[in-house]
Amino acid sequence: MSPGRLIWFKVLIHLGALLPLIWTFYLASIDQLGGDPVESLLHFTGISAFNLLLLSLLTSPLAKMLKQAALIKVRRLLGLYAFFYALVHFLSFIFFELQFEWQFLIAEIIDRPYITVGFVALLILFSLALTSTRKSQITLGKKWQALHNWVYLAGILIALHYIWSVKSDILQPVIYWVLLLLVLFMRKDKLDRWLKKRKKNLA
Amino acid sequence: MLIKVPKKSDISENMVTDQNVYQDRRNILKSMGFFSASALLASPSAKAIDWFSKKEKVFETAPLTHNKAPSFSTDETLTPEQKVISHNNFYEFGTSKSDPIENAQEFKVDPWSMTIEGLVENPITLGYDDLLSSFPLEERIYRLRCVEAWSMVIPWNGFPLASLLNKAKPLGSAKYVAFETLYDPKQMPGQRSRFVGGGIDYPYVEGLRLDEAMHPLTLMSVGLYGKTLPAQNGAPIRLVVPWKYGFKSIKSVVKIKLTDRKPPTTWNILAPREYGFYANVNPKVDHPRWSQARERRITTGGLFSQNRIPTLPFNGYEEVADLYKDLNLRRNY
Ligand code: HEM
Repeated sequence: MSPGRLIWFKVLIHLGALLPLIWTFYLASIDQLGGDPVESLLHFTGISAFNLLLLSLLTSPLAKMLKQAALIKVRRLLGLYAFFYALVHFLSFIFFELQFEWQFLIAEIIDRPYITVGFVALLILFSLALTSTRKSQITLGKKWQALHNWVYLAGILIALHYIWSVKSDILQPVIYWVLLLLVLFMRKDKLDRWLKKRKKNLA
Repeated sequence: MLIKVPKKSDISENMVTDQNVYQDRRNILKSMGFFSASALLASPSAKAIDWFSKKEKVFETAPLTHNKAPSFSTDETLTPEQKVISHNNFYEFGTSKSDPIENAQEFKVDPWSMTIEGLVENPITLGYDDLLSSFPLEERIYRLRCVEAWSMVIPWNGFPLASLLNKAKPLGSAKYVAFETLYDPKQMPGQRSRFVGGGIDYPYVEGLRLDEAMHPLTLMSVGLYGKTLPAQNGAPIRLVVPWKYGFKSIKSVVKIKLTDRKPPTTWNILAPREYGFYANVNPKVDHPRWSQARERRITTGGLFSQNRIPTLPFNGYEEVADLYKDLNLRRNY
């Protein structure tokens, strides 16, 4: 991919991530987002965050498969948007679901396992977003990769959060589990190496 | 020699099945978010770009004559009709809230047959017209509290279940009332596929204690907003028990059976730790996975409406508290 093409690709990602969000908020604000705009918004932001995370996890295996090293350059952008959507999801929960009853927020995070794991996933994504710059990569050195491997745990926690949040309609969360496991499988060599290292460290 | 000549009816049945398979696939794909634009943005504008809908048929509703029943009605702000008919939990037609209005348009309710049977002196069968004409219809504006912590205010049209049961004359041995929804996989995609129907074992069944069923608040509804029920709201006849979570108010009822034993109920079978037989609205007893202390009242105003309100015991219908004075409500959730 030429540098010019890459820029266009990034512009496309920005538009693809931002326009649906703005449009969704607009529809919700004029009460045109289904019967319960709050529920629709939580679903939209949650699913989109998960989609973006899966896409960002797919970029490096795809880059290898398609022999398009430049693809790697959009991984950070996708990851940041995954975090951004997760943050909007969390804030929507506080603003529109809890409507600022803060005492409920703490109680929910502690008492509700599905919220607990969602919160932990959000914290992981937050720390990855904070350290996503070139500069942190250099300062953290080897530790950077170790830290960013936590993204796999975040993926698993989100899939858990999702399947725990539904009443009985588990089809969609199960499909997401399958997608996640596929992505993890594509990165199996890396996971193996990581697990071995952990074992060695423990031993 | 036996040669099977396909009858005309066989052929049409095959064609129906093809349609069904097509519709099922569409439902599954949709639930995966492939049509997220149309699934999520269930707005008129978004509907315009939903090329996959085939909406030749529209479910018809007709005006009903009825009397107001102010003593049974709340004067809180009504949930707009458009929301009452487009935001539904009716898993027989799909698990997402916007599925029922989309998938139930071709639902056939006439002819219909609802039986009142079991421990009664006088078993009754009501056809479609009987449902609408056997009893004087009242308008009752009730709060509806869903177990998912949202609520609506709905003007129902119907008659007290007690009127119907009195006509059937329960025997002294009758202690409970069991209800059953229509089982018709041809018409209900959720009953054809576990994926579409949320893993429920159909037909959907519900139950009440006889004294709950006889309570004057307990309504058999045949309409809302002054018209016969839309399919997605449980046409042609449904139960409405306003002090219990919405899933008790079973839709599209075909059978009412009086029994001496506590009848099985669908959500209790599916997740006994989460949904009990009683399912009385109770802000003090949380669902294991979420709080029941508050609810969001669905009216108008969109995202920024401040619609979070405290949930009241028995959904504000304190007059039923007497029914449960000897019952531990925490244990009998
Ligand atoms: C403290 C943090 C979080 C809170 C309080 C939270 C809250 C919620 C709630 C209340 C729901 C259920 C919505 C409903 O069914 O009505 C939900 C669903 C969901 N959340 Fe979260 N969440 C959090 C973190 C996350 C994160 C970090 C992600 C992904 C990156 C995520 C992805 C999802 C997904 C995919 C769903 C399912 C949406 C659907 O059913 O269509 N959540 N979340």
